[in-house]
Amino acid sequence: METFTFSRAADPAEAIMAGAAASTAQQGAEVRFVAGGTTLIDLMKLDVETPKRVVDINRLPLAKVERAPDGGLKIGALVRNSDLAHSADVQRDYPVLSEALLSGASGQLRNMATTGGNLLQRTRCIYFRNTDTPCNKREPGSGCSAIEGFNRNLAVLGTSEQCIASNPSDMNVALTALEATIVIQGVQGERRVPIGEFFLLPGDTPNRETVMQPGDLITHVLLPPPHPGARSHYLKLRDRASYEFALASAAVVLASEGGAIRHARVALGGVGTRPWRSPEAEAALLSKPATRATFAAASEAAVRGAKPYSQNGFKIELAKRCLTSALATATA
Amino acid sequence: MASNELTRRDMLTVAAVGTGALVGGSFSSEVASAAEPAKTGSGMMDISLRVNGAEHRLSLDPRTTLLDTLREHLHLTGTKKGCDHGQCGACTVHIDGRRVNSCLTLAAMAEGAEITTIEGLGDPDHLHPMQRAFLEHDGYQCGYCTSGQIMSATAMLKEQWGESDAEIKEAMSGNICRCGAYKNILAAIRQARKA
Repeated sequence: METFTFSRAADPAEAIMAGAAASTAQQGAEVRFVAGGTTLIDLMKLDVETPKRVVDINRLPLAKVERAPDGGLKIGALVRNSDLAHSADVQRDYPVLSEALLSGASGQLRNMATTGGNLLQRTRCIYFRNTDTPCNKREPGSGCSAIEGFNRNLAVLGTSEQCIASNPSDMNVALTALEATIVIQGVQGERRVPIGEFFLLPGDTPNRETVMQPGDLITHVLLPPPHPGARSHYLKLRDRASYEFALASAAVVLASEGGAIRHARVALGGVGTRPWRSPEAEAALLSKPATRATFAAASEAAVRGAKPYSQNGFKIELAKRCLTSALATATA
Repeated sequence: MASNELTRRDMLTVAAVGTGALVGGSFSSEVASAAEPAKTGSGMMDISLRVNGAEHRLSLDPRTTLLDTLREHLHLTGTKKGCDHGQCGACTVHIDGRRVNSCLTLAAMAEGAEITTIEGLGDPDHLHPMQRAFLEHDGYQCGYCTSGQIMSATAMLKEQWGESDAEIKEAMSGNICRCGAYKNILAAIRQARKA
């Protein structure tokens, strides 16, 4: 691990000021906020992250889950994954989020990992995590080792010639299906970013993963009021039954009326370079009866355009089956 | 352990490290604020940690994890280093009663918290029910993962999990046992939960 100075932010303004001194908030940032540390400390040990300055934000007053005035939910950035998963509001109104959180990591890691930190979770691509190998995300222009290498766990949707790294988060997939909004405080004040615009596709700049700018501090995640009558579900498929990243996962929110689907939100995990919202699947579900045939058609639509690499072609079929099954469970 | 009690091991620790550990004392934090970062001539930080009820004042490189602090500076070697990347659970300790991976926690992040290690859970003369259950059910083979298993299991019983074996297995999936003593670990936890 490289050396750094450690300090503690007493209020958001102090953190923002410290962060604003960095030249980027993306890969290579000289200043990093630490909350749970489950991603950052891991990557610092691997010398993938080498901040000169680490600012502990754990004492900021951002650890509450509150009802929002519009009937939605206001989740503080420092709410731990375990607390969010067990929040009565989340379990009642947004079960897909609770299920996604509890399917991720371990009991210990969920006690540490935070809502804001999980939004910024980094890929598990082995080449990103190994500084001895080329990786365009870690070191722009060095090349992608994964496209011709070990890519079994990597993305089939949203990839580019520069990067096929998958986003590993479960929480982000549920938040995408729930149409969450990310509240960011920065040097210019507060802004609200829909989750669909928060994550960037790799394109030619896979080192840039989000819209975060130097000084930006995620303070809250907002969930809209639960859709009336909607049911939701998260299904995660992986190499072992627990404590493993998704090969494919699906978060669905569905409401039916009069024998037809009237509201559908679909997001896939484990297969995309970012949490993968599928408007194509949603369109294939709307106004259709909640049948296996409908779900199969929606699943076909969700992976249309998916690009298999040498080892991960199986993910396309797996994602389809995952989504079909999640939709069936949510409407059972 | 109550905060004003000291186990023999705590006394040995205090004596061994000679860092001026105090019992029941408190220190104002010397970690710099983000607005005014500390001058880092030596690169060391003054950090106070409360471990098993005893206060320890340490001078540490900011890179030092809680795990390395416990083992190398406080000589509380019951907490084990397995993967050092949050993947095996051998380093599990309690921070304010919740189980965490001490390998992914910087010591400085744990300042002001109540840290409990396996040494604070019980001792050979006063075993914690979970320790006794692991002994009775032979919940280990080589023993390397055991302190992490026990710390994880004791905290897990206070979390919101169901009664079934499947729930225990899921709740304990962050603790890997390379010897594969899972069957007996499960039996030990089942017994301790009834106690």
